[in-house]
Amino acid sequence: MDPKKKSKDIKAVSSELIVKRLTPDDKVIAVAGNPNVGKSTVFNNLTGLKQHTGNWPGKTVTNAQGYCHFRGSTYVLVDIPGTYSLMAHSAEEEVARNFICFGDPDVVIVVCDATCLERNFNLVLQTLEITDKVVVCVNLMDEAEKKNIRIDLEAISQKLGVPVIGTIARKKKTLNNLMLSVQQVLSTTKERTPLIVKYPKPIEDAVALLEPIIIKKVNKKINPRWLSLKLLDYDETLITVLNEYLGYDLLEDEEIKKVLTDARNILSNDGITSETLRDKIVSSLVLTAEKICSDTVHFDKNDYNERDRKIDIILTNKLTGFPIMIALLICVFWITISGANIPSSLLADGLFWIEDRITEAFQYLGAPDWLHGALVLGVYRVLAWVVSVMLPPMAIFFPLFTLLEDLGYLPRVAFNLDKYFKKCCACGKQALTMCMGFGCNAAGIIGCRIIDSPRERLIAIITNNFVPCNGRFPTLIAILTMFFVGSATGPFKSIFSAVLLTGLIVLGIFMTFIVSKMLSKTILKGIPSSFTLELPPYRKPQVGKIIVRSIFDRTLFVLGRAVMVAAPAGLIIWVMANVSIGDMTLLAICSNFLDPFAKLLGLDGVILLAFILGFPANEIVIPIVIMSYMASGSLLELDSIWDLKQLLVDNGWTWITAVSTMLFSLMHWPCSTTCLTIRKETQSWKWTFVSFAVPTLMGVIICFIFANIARLFI
Amino acid sequence: MNNLKSLYSLRDLKQGQTAKVKSLLSTGSIRRRLQDIGLIEGTEVKCLLKSPAGDPVAYLIRGAVIALRSEESSNVLIYE
Repeated sequence: MDPKKKSKDIKAVSSELIVKRLTPDDKVIAVAGNPNVGKSTVFNNLTGLKQHTGNWPGKTVTNAQGYCHFRGSTYVLVDIPGTYSLMAHSAEEEVARNFICFGDPDVVIVVCDATCLERNFNLVLQTLEITDKVVVCVNLMDEAEKKNIRIDLEAISQKLGVPVIGTIARKKKTLNNLMLSVQQVLSTTKERTPLIVKYPKPIEDAVALLEPIIIKKVNKKINPRWLSLKLLDYDETLITVLNEYLGYDLLEDEEIKKVLTDARNILSNDGITSETLRDKIVSSLVLTAEKICSDTVHFDKNDYNERDRKIDIILTNKLTGFPIMIALLICVFWITISGANIPSSLLADGLFWIEDRITEAFQYLGAPDWLHGALVLGVYRVLAWVVSVMLPPMAIFFPLFTLLEDLGYLPRVAFNLDKYFKKCCACGKQALTMCMGFGCNAAGIIGCRIIDSPRERLIAIITNNFVPCNGRFPTLIAILTMFFVGSATGPFKSIFSAVLLTGLIVLGIFMTFIVSKMLSKTILKGIPSSFTLELPPYRKPQVGKIIVRSIFDRTLFVLGRAVMVAAPAGLIIWVMANVSIGDMTLLAICSNFLDPFAKLLGLDGVILLAFILGFPANEIVIPIVIMSYMASGSLLELDSIWDLKQLLVDNGWTWITAVSTMLFSLMHWPCSTTCLTIRKETQSWKWTFVSFAVPTLMGVIICFIFANIARLFI
Repeated sequence: MNNLKSLYSLRDLKQGQTAKVKSLLSTGSIRRRLQDIGLIEGTEVKCLLKSPAGDPVAYLIRGAVIALRSEESSNVLIYE
């Protein structure tokens, strides 16, 4: 084996980051930055990866890495979670700090938002304290220009003592300069003299006392000045990792112990306690950042954010805030439903035409009936249903939603709803994780990492399933269209569906609040914790890119997963419908067994069985229902949604069945992928079970109440 | 005394008003977070938006718009 090909794995101490170099010569670049500064866009464009991007803080919660080939060298890029600081107040900050400090990156790129440089420089200054191998990337230069903010990059670079490169991350060309600088930093051996943040005199005196001994004890791999500050500050999380990294307990060293005591005495003589020490450190950082920006960043227009403020006032106003939220939701659904109608039926026609041709081919080849049944009537037919029902709404919904995400609307939703989350003792950021749940609940669960408080995070995880994911939308839309919109005609039809669907979503949101509150009062007792929510500037989305990205990365991915599950499920259903024990098919035995219980919930045995078999993917619930009815009755061609309705009505569906099915779809166990994700995120089977049981229980209770009350009125 | 405190906290700032930070009463990690986003003595803060339910409120802090719940904003003491 070529030794150069052998990959070298380095595990960053105590963090989840494992860096995989393609060859030992590869350089590792850490990409750090404040939340929501376009870090992921920089990362994606450099690596060609498709890390999901969006205009809200905390988008990157998983650590991604990718490779960038630039002028003959290969770089391993590590996307670090966005943080405001490296003082490790949250899990993300700890990961970021540990990687920059102990992960041994060759260069750190700190991505900054050109429209908010001063705040971003806090992180830059902190990074410079750890390493001098830094390239500052001032991103979103185009946004700054639009707001008439002039930035003197050259002057900033001189002040900071490291390269400062302006970029427009969406334009790949501007990133070339960035990589050139990275190359330069790597190739020059001459000492760099980055800016050193000056602290008040007693702190400097204490550091001066500690620094020489640190240099002696710990080699220069860790910046001695920074380490001295951290020891003075007694940063517990850091010291644990540090000892792990060094292989011994630094604080047990007699010499260090002694000097540290002396240094602390200097501080306490000046009345500096551990609390005020941190205050003074942060103040110095913030003031230094302010000073750097004061004569390098010029605002030509004082009201440069005026347009954003005007939009904000409309979107978060007492009178218009909520109506706009609901209207946008209706609008998105309306476009999805009305746009999906025609392609859906075209797809169905096409796929069933192909089915007929395949059937002819089977007959021509003289294939046995059972083979035709299993493969064509079983596997192919379910696949065809899943594709024709799922693909069009997803291909429309995903891009629309990504559009709202890129614009920056979602944090405003969190802002509007936070008060209600607070009343439930939960976190306003839960609204963001719910929005992610619209796409996929598993993604929503991972997104819950943006919530710092473990208690509030668990609440968000357990309740995420009350937001119907894309796998459930088509089911809901199909049932709504068949049973409730039927009599309406024209454009009103799809508007009516959209309004009803929105109503259902609002019910899901309502359930989220109720269950969050119940959890806060019982198994997850606690008071709401404090948090800050950043409302980012609105950004113009790149429509073309959004469409391409969301279709290829999300739609096809989700569809692919559904297809993979649908194929074997089709086979199982066909087998169950055709293998008999005694004079009953397996399918009939199972559904008859479930029937009495299902009837209590307003469903029937087949529907409940479909939900159970749909555990791997919610998309296949309706196809399974159809397959089951068709297998047990006479086979018929389903040319339109009205044939489908006829089939359902023939099998005893009433409007009560329809509503109960929708309610159960909204509230039942999460799909298998989501359950596994919950297990992974919580590291606990107990919480996975709770997340499984809570929505299921709510669904059973609500369906039971609804069905039995509704029956009284007929 | 209590009265005096609430009178001068960020929470009492009206929409459109500007003030400067005197000190932070909060402790622990939220204190750090507030400092990280730039809330130190002398920082100018403008009250921009109230959410539909009146809480949280969004402030302009060093060029960024940050929403704080009333629990946090009442712990930020300000002066004109």
